[in-house]
Amino acid sequence: MTALLSARGLKLAFGGVKAADGIDLDVGAGEFLAIIGPNGAGKTTFINMTTGYLRPQAGAILYDGRPILGLAPRRLVTLGIGRSFQLPQLFGEHSVAENLALAIAAREGFWSPFRPLMRPVWRDEADEVLARFGILDLSETRADALNEGARKLVDIAVAVALRPRLILMDEPTSGVAGADKMAIVETLVRVLRDAGVTAVFVEHDMEVVGRFADRVAVWAQGRIAALGPPDEVLADPAVRRDVIGIDPGEDVHAAA
Amino acid sequence: MSRRAELVLALLGAAAVVLLSWAVPWLRFVLTIALAKGVAVLGILLLLRAGQVSFGHALYLALAAYMAAFGASRIPDTLLLLPLAGIVAAAAGLAIGLFVSRYRGIFFGMLNLALSMVFYSLLEKFYAVTRGADGLRVPATTFGGAALSAEGQSWAMLCVALIAAFGSGAFVKVYLASPLGSALSAVKTRETRLEFMGVPARLVLLAAYVLSAFLAGIGGVIVALSTRHVTPALAYWTTSGELVFIAVLGGAGGVLGPFLGAAAYELTRVYAAALVAEAWQMALGAVLLLVILFAPGGLWGMGQALAARRRPA
Ligand SMILES: Nc1ncnc2c1ncn2[C@@H]1O[C@H](COP(=O)(O)OP(=O)(O)O)[C@@H](O)[C@H]1O
Ligand SMILES: [Mg+2]
Repeated sequence: MTALLSARGLKLAFGGVKAADGIDLDVGAGEFLAIIGPNGAGKTTFINMTTGYLRPQAGAILYDGRPILGLAPRRLVTLGIGRSFQLPQLFGEHSVAENLALAIAAREGFWSPFRPLMRPVWRDEADEVLARFGILDLSETRADALNEGARKLVDIAVAVALRPRLILMDEPTSGVAGADKMAIVETLVRVLRDAGVTAVFVEHDMEVVGRFADRVAVWAQGRIAALGPPDEVLADPAVRRDVIGIDPGEDVHAAA
Repeated sequence: MSRRAELVLALLGAAAVVLLSWAVPWLRFVLTIALAKGVAVLGILLLLRAGQVSFGHALYLALAAYMAAFGASRIPDTLLLLPLAGIVAAAAGLAIGLFVSRYRGIFFGMLNLALSMVFYSLLEKFYAVTRGADGLRVPATTFGGAALSAEGQSWAMLCVALIAAFGSGAFVKVYLASPLGSALSAVKTRETRLEFMGVPARLVLLAAYVLSAFLAGIGGVIVALSTRHVTPALAYWTTSGELVFIAVLGGAGGVLGPFLGAAAYELTRVYAAALVAEAWQMALGAVLLLVILFAPGGLWGMGQALAARRRPA
């Protein structure tokens, strides 16, 4: 498996807090990598460094073999790196379809004042993306009227509409109501796999991790404490005690 | 409101303007000025969509007005002067916009204010060129080569103002429906996401800023050629404040708002000034307060709400 994303020795401290303390990680093309770990471990920081929001004090990040540190988010998008946010970032005054159309326009030509945002081709593509996510019925809803779960999905749909090769998702399922969660994750994973997108996602639900991740990276105090297939990593007694917070021996799925 | 309903309303408004100008001749000038300010306020509306308030757009209005005053002797035709001075204002908007589009909120507002006050004092100080506070007389201009009587000239300026209002209103409407215009509200709330779509938020604001400078310039030329006299007061901060006042009064929800606001403002001003002399600013202040407190959508928003109530869905 060739690495699409490689991090080497990333370090970043905020005052005394080491949010990244020597991160080495390779993510293969087509892989689904889950990041787990307690709050404050530096998971969001890793995503922010990879997407150009934060600049590490040391280390390197290679995407598709080329160094990308120092490139603005705007440039990284054009290289095919997409992200969704821990707090979804939608344009509240616009409808869901318009939010997607803005992403499509950003890809296809944003600058002509004579092309309407809701021109048929963009509209249709927006609807097509929403249909893939199974949320076509939300098309006309104003983004600030969505519930938390829908907001997360639309946020990811916007990222997907930009046609990324790599997507980084910060807690895509937090805030999604319990009963719908698995169905939503299944849809999400299907859409991303169908599109051949490589995914890195921060996740707290071990059942989701166990079912959908190819590998799991365990973050602890700015370092990767464990890395491997979910069944191995989630069975590791130290991980179970420190990260999942259950006694070794208990069934993994019982925690969810 | 559908596009057609808006067009019908605009045409009705235009008819009312022409009718009033014919019935009450001295209103012709007042309404021409109102339309000119409406055009300038369209630009303020664009910036408001992005959550930015400029307290300095009188700079572009005055710049274009002085360009018209200087240019009229060499390029004596209105139909040439108008776009030329507009383009000069847009070019100044680009130069200044490259700088101010880095800033948001109070900084954006105050930087615009500061620059316009610098321009104001230049107009006052360089007496040899600008005749200082006395200002400059603007020579009479032709219309497509035709020299007109004073009466004809005032009708022609009204027509020019109406055409400019329709043209700029239609363009701003199209602009707001484009990705570039839609993204203005994203500048207000979600610059991060915009950047992460690959769109530089700064350029979205800059484009709107240049357009707003152009519109202020068009308004300024019409003011100059109608009043036939330009003074530094055109660049004073109260002129900028007036534009923002009209924008809030008219409402930022649609392109008719600025014209509704400008007409209400100018008419109140002339009638209230005649009735209560010194107290008209107080009347306007009270109206603005009421609008902000009870009708944040402005006159346009109020009209829409009334129409919606009468025609239950
Ligand atoms: N921009 C920032 N400024 C200061 N401290 C920060 C910043 N971003 C993150 N941190 C700190 O870095 C640590 C890791 O944060 P974060 O990456 O958000 O953790 P996680 O996403 O794993 O919960 C925390 O202690 C947090 O307070
Ligand atoms: Mg986090």
